[in-house]
Amino acid sequence: MQRRLTGSANDPRIKARYRGERRFKAYTVTALFVAFAIIVAFFTDIISQGYSAFYRTEINVTLDYNERAERIGRFALAEDMREIVSRGAVRSIPLDIRNNPELAGTTRQEWVPTYSRVDQYFKGNEELPPEMAAQVEELKEAGVIRTTFNWAFFTSGDSKLPELAGIFSAMVGSIFVLFVTLIFAFPIGVMSAIYLEEFAPDNKLTQLIEVNINNLAAVPSIIFGLLGLAVFINTFGAPRSSAVVGGLTLGLMTLPIIIISTRAALRAVPDPIRLGAFAMGCSRWQVVRDHVLPLSLPGILTGTIIGLAQAMGETAPLIIVGMIAYIPEAPGSIFESATVLPAQIFTWASEPRKAFVEKTAAGIIVLLAVLLTLNAAAVFLRRKFERRW
Amino acid sequence: MGIGLATLLLLAALTPLGLLAYRLGRGKALAAMASGISMHSRPQQYGWYSVVWMGLPALGVAIAAALLSVFGLIAPSRELVLIVSLAVAAIGLAHGLRAIRPEVRARNALDRVIRYLLLGAALISIVTTVSIVLSVIFEAMRFFREVSVWEFVTGTVWSPGDTFLEAAGRGDEVGEGTSFFGSVPLFAGTFMVTAIAMATALPIGLLSAIFMSEYATHRQRGIAKPILEILAGIPTVVYGFFAAITVTPIVVDIANFFGLDASYSNILSPGIVMGIMIIPFISSLSDDVINSIPQTLREGAYALGTTKSETIRQVILPAALPGIISAFLLGVSRALGETMIVVMAAGVRPNLTWNPLEDMTTVTVSIVYSLTGDLAFDSPQTLSAFALGLVLFTVTLMLNLVSTYLVRRFKQRYD
Repeated sequence: MQRRLTGSANDPRIKARYRGERRFKAYTVTALFVAFAIIVAFFTDIISQGYSAFYRTEINVTLDYNERAERIGRFALAEDMREIVSRGAVRSIPLDIRNNPELAGTTRQEWVPTYSRVDQYFKGNEELPPEMAAQVEELKEAGVIRTTFNWAFFTSGDSKLPELAGIFSAMVGSIFVLFVTLIFAFPIGVMSAIYLEEFAPDNKLTQLIEVNINNLAAVPSIIFGLLGLAVFINTFGAPRSSAVVGGLTLGLMTLPIIIISTRAALRAVPDPIRLGAFAMGCSRWQVVRDHVLPLSLPGILTGTIIGLAQAMGETAPLIIVGMIAYIPEAPGSIFESATVLPAQIFTWASEPRKAFVEKTAAGIIVLLAVLLTLNAAAVFLRRKFERRW
Repeated sequence: MGIGLATLLLLAALTPLGLLAYRLGRGKALAAMASGISMHSRPQQYGWYSVVWMGLPALGVAIAAALLSVFGLIAPSRELVLIVSLAVAAIGLAHGLRAIRPEVRARNALDRVIRYLLLGAALISIVTTVSIVLSVIFEAMRFFREVSVWEFVTGTVWSPGDTFLEAAGRGDEVGEGTSFFGSVPLFAGTFMVTAIAMATALPIGLLSAIFMSEYATHRQRGIAKPILEILAGIPTVVYGFFAAITVTPIVVDIANFFGLDASYSNILSPGIVMGIMIIPFISSLSDDVINSIPQTLREGAYALGTTKSETIRQVILPAALPGIISAFLLGVSRALGETMIVVMAAGVRPNLTWNPLEDMTTVTVSIVYSLTGDLAFDSPQTLSAFALGLVLFTVTLMLNLVSTYLVRRFKQRYD
């Protein structure tokens, strides 16, 4: 009797195995597409919630600088406008009159922001009481209400009034914090990496430092917050909520990232370059300073930018050191109370009022745009200056 | 005199002194060379040599004085410190200039100084770890002086006091002066959210990694990898917003559709979002590991007639297992320490339950809430944050060490 040929394409067992093969491949493809779908859903969601914060509703009103308005700004408005115009828009009228007495008794036409609920009504996010809705619709028909780009979102600080709240002070805070982080972490990180890569003998101390740096890179960020609170604020007495404390805390966090990427960049410089320099009689420091460092600089900068981008998105340790205070004015120095962009997003996200949802999402869009730019700059630097030997 | 002003004055005095030292040192060396003496090093190096002699002892004095006063041992007035450091600078300068002789090896001395400066910078990372450990342990000890370790480890009620609940708007729920520090519900919440996160991240991350390393063409891989990396670059506060505003309502709707009751601060949605955050860690680490498995293993399996998926499941994955476990542990360590997602989307009520649709709170949430309010720094409530931090730090450190060890073993086997 002839033995049945195995391995034939018609063998049901082979067929089953091929089906299994296709099924398994389908699983892996599905997993990847699930991940992509999540990314797409995520960005669509954030953008659709946040884009409306980039424009705002304004109304053209007559401001009447009468006697009552000298004490309470709202009296400068006609009575039926008081509910529609933002309280913040007329808050400064008494002060304006005091500073410019010639204003008293005059009137003027001006475009001012509307009350946040009116603004939200026109953006389709919120309902208004029927009579008010009818009134603003009428004003819109009459051309007194317009929609403009919301420059105030970029030029003003936080506010309790959603229609006036902006990211300016948080941006300034972020810049201050990143400045401190950079000043602290860049030199120390690069120096540590040079030591470990170019100078260190292979002994127990060096191994300890290496293990320690790798572990620091994986310590949860909130622990660095505890460190910042206990050491910088309680022991050294640095001012709470200030950019200097936040920056140093993030600096300690960024240090391992900079060290690890700088070491990789230094290691990429081939040894013949060092040997050649030694052969010309250079000391070890001269070799590093004049040959290894210039060649590895693009790599070092790339790593530093990526580290800073991570620090810029970090929130938890900054909350612990108190950087979630309400900061309407941009801080003037690194020793003043400040807040940062992610912390501002967190503060807005915990606001119950609906008008803050779009602010939060818009803050996120700005944050993501900045981070994307930083990372793109890092990729560009690497592409442009990368050398292969 | 403020500490800022004192530092500024010191630097303002040392900079021109440094310039002077450099010029004098170089000048002396140049003069010697001009008169025909052969010097060991270059004139600039003698310049730097005298700068080091001038600046280093002076800065040392100033830093030592600052450290002494921070730790409260002695508190010299800042004027005194300033004057003494400048005097030391002057003496150092005089000595440095006198020491410039042909046989002095300025270049070697400079290299030594630079080596120690660099070592000093490298030691800062050690100092960071030590100060994390010390500060967390020190504050946690103060906590355990008031609350027994046994209660902390085994207690099932966490209610640190009135301030905490008042901050959460529920001041009327507890009586006067009652506080319990049983951390079990917090760790239960952390465990729950970590489990949900890993259940989301592991299948998606691992299967994506298998696709990218085994099935994808070079081009597909070049596109898919950076796209997945985007997830790693998104700040956690953004994930928190996404979880709280978008995912939670969806989870609640779905639960209601099936007739289940879900809280609006359920632990499921921060868990899922945390899992999304961890996908790129799992996928890129597993991808590395799978890629470093030698091609000969695959070819051997194909030669025996296995299909691709059989090779992957029966040869590649077992071989890559230590690396995959290590990626998993790193993911767990991330999830345990993750703060913003749970602060924004999970509850603040400690709750011991197995139901992921209920609200639960986690260790990191408790740390944040006990340190943000206007509390006296030495109240047991604030100190409890450090006790929790200590546990968190220890556990994540262990996970990282085990994970590093596994990867090293794995790499040794295939290198």
